[in-house]
Amino acid sequence: MGDYLLFMLSAIIINNILLIKFLGVCPFIGVSGSMDSAIGMAAACVFVNVLATSLCWMVQMFVLEPLGLEYIQTLAFIVVIAALVQLVEIVLQKVAPPLYRALGIYLPLITTNCMIFGVAVLNIREERGFIDAVVYAFSTAAGFSIALILLASIRERFAIGRIPKVLQGFPSGLITAGIVALSFYGLVGLA
Amino acid sequence: MGPILSAVVAMGGLGLVLSAALGVAAKVFYVYVDPKIGEVADVLPGANCGGCGYAGCNDCAAAMVAGEAAPNACKAGGDSVTQAAAAILGISATAAERDIAKIFCRGAHGAAERKFIYSGISDCRAAMQVSGGDKSCSYGCLGLGTCVAACPFDALSMGDDGLPVVDERFCTGCGTCVSVCPRHIPQLIKETQKAATLCSSHDLGKIVKAICSVGCIGCGKCKKACPEKAITITKFLSIVDHEKCNGCGKCFEKCPTGVIQSLVA
Repeated sequence: MGDYLLFMLSAIIINNILLIKFLGVCPFIGVSGSMDSAIGMAAACVFVNVLATSLCWMVQMFVLEPLGLEYIQTLAFIVVIAALVQLVEIVLQKVAPPLYRALGIYLPLITTNCMIFGVAVLNIREERGFIDAVVYAFSTAAGFSIALILLASIRERFAIGRIPKVLQGFPSGLITAGIVALSFYGLVGLA
Repeated sequence: MGPILSAVVAMGGLGLVLSAALGVAAKVFYVYVDPKIGEVADVLPGANCGGCGYAGCNDCAAAMVAGEAAPNACKAGGDSVTQAAAAILGISATAAERDIAKIFCRGAHGAAERKFIYSGISDCRAAMQVSGGDKSCSYGCLGLGTCVAACPFDALSMGDDGLPVVDERFCTGCGTCVSVCPRHIPQLIKETQKAATLCSSHDLGKIVKAICSVGCIGCGKCKKACPEKAITITKFLSIVDHEKCNGCGKCFEKCPTGVIQSLVA
């Protein structure tokens, strides 16, 4: 149990997917403008990341490896993730309309989120078992959410602050992201 | 030849399985969306201002199609949108009378006193946090333009005198400025209203006189002058009843500060 806690803590904070591994940076800058969209994106990411990781793990173990096709992993995973997101959208619209509305446009946007693909590949590279892979996917997505919401809250404050015109919007967002990442870098090596 | 073939077959198989799954899911989890919703949403302004009380134009369109909202629910669209929506729905409708925003403060630079010089964040809601704003009058416009920034239709601009100006051609009466203003200075009135007291102060007349040269002091002269009994004084502020006012203009002559004004150009 303690091992798992450390494992999760490491994935959430110490090896934060966004701030240390720099995966999934496009939504980090793109949807961190307001708290509402950041929370929507974070929720959708946790949801899809866990599903996509488990599916990709199965595709790797039961399709690619028996056939000796590890080299088309990239291709296969991208197809699987794209189809999965589409499938989730269709199913959610019917089964859970409130959740579908809450996740809104962020669900299809995730198709192009490199964190989802990155986590799927990392799990295979580290040769994790199924449970470990799912736990890792969940913790990573939680870390992603923390970083995204952190940046969104700072940028919301900047939006009404008096900052020079050249720095308003994305420039200040990028600088902030850099400083936040730098502070997280201080934790590297703890676990 | 072998490895290429197995790769092609594997990818092809994967694609086939996934597309079959998608196809089945699309059939099994098919959700009927009334095509009328899309048509109605197309004629709505698409500003998602929320003036109708729904989360956005799409929600409002869905409510119209479901019969929960009247075709004139869209305040921003006006008559043309109402008619277009009603035509799609196959019912007849009359437009609701148009609302417009009016700035209920005339305390421009020079007219209203200030307690201190505020140099914080340029946002009225932030200024309110600093001992209730820099204006001596605790009801008056702070003039930092929060409503101007919030207006989804660019109908508000900040005048040189430190008060926002409503461009009535663009104002749709959505009420965004009303809800965003910490002092509720913009208020919605009927477009046809003929007179209004452009002040929000409920302070005693003596206090108003000391801090603002153009505020309503609640003297009641307008009330006495009004032949239609359209004016009431509530907590030292005169309020014109749109239903009763006929725009005769007798109150304008009596008002000592000129705060009660004709709205007819």
